[in-house]
Amino acid sequence: MLIRNAAARGAIWAVFGLLVLGLMASPVLITLMLALARQWTSFLPSGVTGEHLGEALSADSLASFSVSVQTAVISSALAVLLGTWAALAGRSAPAWLRQPMSALFHLPSAIPSVVIGLGVLIAFSTPPLLLNGTPAIVVAVQTVMVLAFTYSNVHAALEGLDRQQALVASSLGASPARILLTVTLPQLLPSIGAAAGLSLALCMGELGATMMVYPASWRTVPVSIFTALDRGEVFLAAAMTLLLLLITLVILALLALVRTGRGPARRGGGRRRAGKEGVGLAA
Amino acid sequence: MRAPTLRRVGWAAPPLAALLILLVYPMLQVVATSFDAVGSGAPGQAWPTVLGDPAVHRALLTTLQVAAMTTLGCLVLGVFLALVLAYVPFPGAGAVTRLVEAVISFPSFLIPLAFGTLFGPVGIVNTAITGTTGAAEGPLQFMGSVHGVVLAEVAYFTPFIVRPVLAAFQRLPPDQINAASSLGAHPGRIVGQVILPGAYPAIAGAGVLVFMLALNEFGIILFTGAQDVVTLPLMVYTRAIVTFDLPGASVIACLQAAVSLLVYFAYSRLFVRRSGR
Repeated sequence: MLIRNAAARGAIWAVFGLLVLGLMASPVLITLMLALARQWTSFLPSGVTGEHLGEALSADSLASFSVSVQTAVISSALAVLLGTWAALAGRSAPAWLRQPMSALFHLPSAIPSVVIGLGVLIAFSTPPLLLNGTPAIVVAVQTVMVLAFTYSNVHAALEGLDRQQALVASSLGASPARILLTVTLPQLLPSIGAAAGLSLALCMGELGATMMVYPASWRTVPVSIFTALDRGEVFLAAAMTLLLLLITLVILALLALVRTGRGPARRGGGRRRAGKEGVGLAA
Repeated sequence: MRAPTLRRVGWAAPPLAALLILLVYPMLQVVATSFDAVGSGAPGQAWPTVLGDPAVHRALLTTLQVAAMTTLGCLVLGVFLALVLAYVPFPGAGAVTRLVEAVISFPSFLIPLAFGTLFGPVGIVNTAITGTTGAAEGPLQFMGSVHGVVLAEVAYFTPFIVRPVLAAFQRLPPDQINAASSLGAHPGRIVGQVILPGAYPAIAGAGVLVFMLALNEFGIILFTGAQDVVTLPLMVYTRAIVTFDLPGASVIACLQAAVSLLVYFAYSRLFVRRSGR
C-alpha cells in the first residue's frame, strides 16, 4: 500500500471512481438508457420502452445482424487459419525469409483502416479479381483488418512454447505432420481460441474499412447504426449498438470460459497469457 | 532433423500469397491510382493539386493535433488509473480491470454515439437547457470541436495504456518501493523516482501505440460528425465515397499511410529495444 493516509486514499479513490464512471462506464450506461428511452427531451428520459429494441430486431436490422455474424465468422476463420499457418511456417522458414515475413504480417496493423478499405475497393473493382458489389469484398477487407492480430497472437504463443516436446517426438521418429497435429497445435489451442474470439468481436464492430467497400445488399451492423444515426434515429442506433455490445460480451464470456475452464485450455501450457500485445492493433 | 529448404519455403507460400493478394496488391493499386488523370487533366496531376490544397494542410495538422492531445490525455489518465489499480488497490479493483479489458473490444463509435447524443450541439442536455431557458443555443458546444473528439478518443484509447502499464507495474520488484517507503520517502517521490522510471519502456511503447491508433481513428470522427474536425482518414472517405475522386483520395491515403508507417517503425524500434533488455 503506497498511500497510508486514509483521507488521501479516499480522495484518490473518489477521483478514480469519477474518471472510470464518467469516461468508461458512462458510454455503455447512456447507450442502455437511450435504447430503452421512450422519449428524452429533458434531463431524464420519460419512461421505459422496449420499442426500439423491438425495432432493432425487426426485419431490416435483423438482416444486418445476420450479415455481420456471417462476415465476422468467415473473416475470423480465414484470419485465424492464415495467421496460424503463417506463424508456424515463419518459424520453420529459412532465416532470410523469417524477418520479412514477420514484418509483412504485422503490417496491416500499421495501415489505417480507411486506406486498406480504399486499396481493396480499387484493387477488386477491376479484373482479374472482380469482387466489388459482392459480400466477398467485405469478407476480404475484414480478414485483412484482423490478420495482423491473429498472426501476432499465435506468433507470441509459439515463441513461448517449450520446444523440447517436439524434439523428443521427432527423435522418437514422429513425422512433422504428426508432431504438428499432436504436439504443437494442441499446445497452441488456447491462444488460437483467444485470437478467434477477439477477432470475432473486432470484426463485429469494424467500421472504417467496411464503410469503404460495402455493397448496398450487404450492410453490417456498424454501417446500419451509422445510417440510422445519420437519419436522426438516435434511439434505434442506440438499441442496435446495445445488441452489438451484448453479442460482443457473450463472445468474450464464452472465450473466458474456454480459457479458464477445463479441457484443452489448461492442458496446453496456457499459463503464458500470450499475445495480449496485438489486440489494439487491429481495432 | 529439418526439411529441405525448398519445402520450408513452399510451406510459407500459401499464407504469403494470400497476404500479397489481400494487402500488398491493394496498396500498390492505391499508389498507382494516385497517379491517374483527374477528369481531362494530365496523369499525376492529383499529387501537386492535393499537396497544395490548404484544406489538406489543415486536415494533416488537425490529425496530428488530435492524435497528440489524445496521447497526452491517455498517458496522464492511463498512468494514474494503473497506479491506483496497482498500488492503492481496493475491493473490486479486479472488476475495474476487467471493464478496462472489455472496453478495448467494443466498437469505438459507441463513445461518440453516447457522448454526442447527450452533450452534442443539439444533444439532450442542450435541448433540455434551451427548453427551460429559451436561449437559441445550448451552453455545451465542445462536442463539435477538436476537444469533443479528443474527449471521446481519450475515453476509448485509455485502456490501451492501462493494460500494458499495469502489467509493467506488476513486474516491478517491490523491494525498491518498500525500501524507499521505509526510508520515509513521500509517495509522490516514490512514484516519480522509482515506479515511473522502472515502467518507462512500457509507458513509452503504449504512448506511441495510442498515437498511431489515434492517427488512424475513423469511427469516432465520423460519428461525432463535427464540421470543423476533418482529419486525413475522414478526407480519404469523403473523397473516395462521397465525391468519387479516387486519384485525390489515393494521394491523401498515401500521405496518411506514410505518417502511420513512420510512427509504426518508431514503435517497433522502441519495442525491439525493450524486449532486447
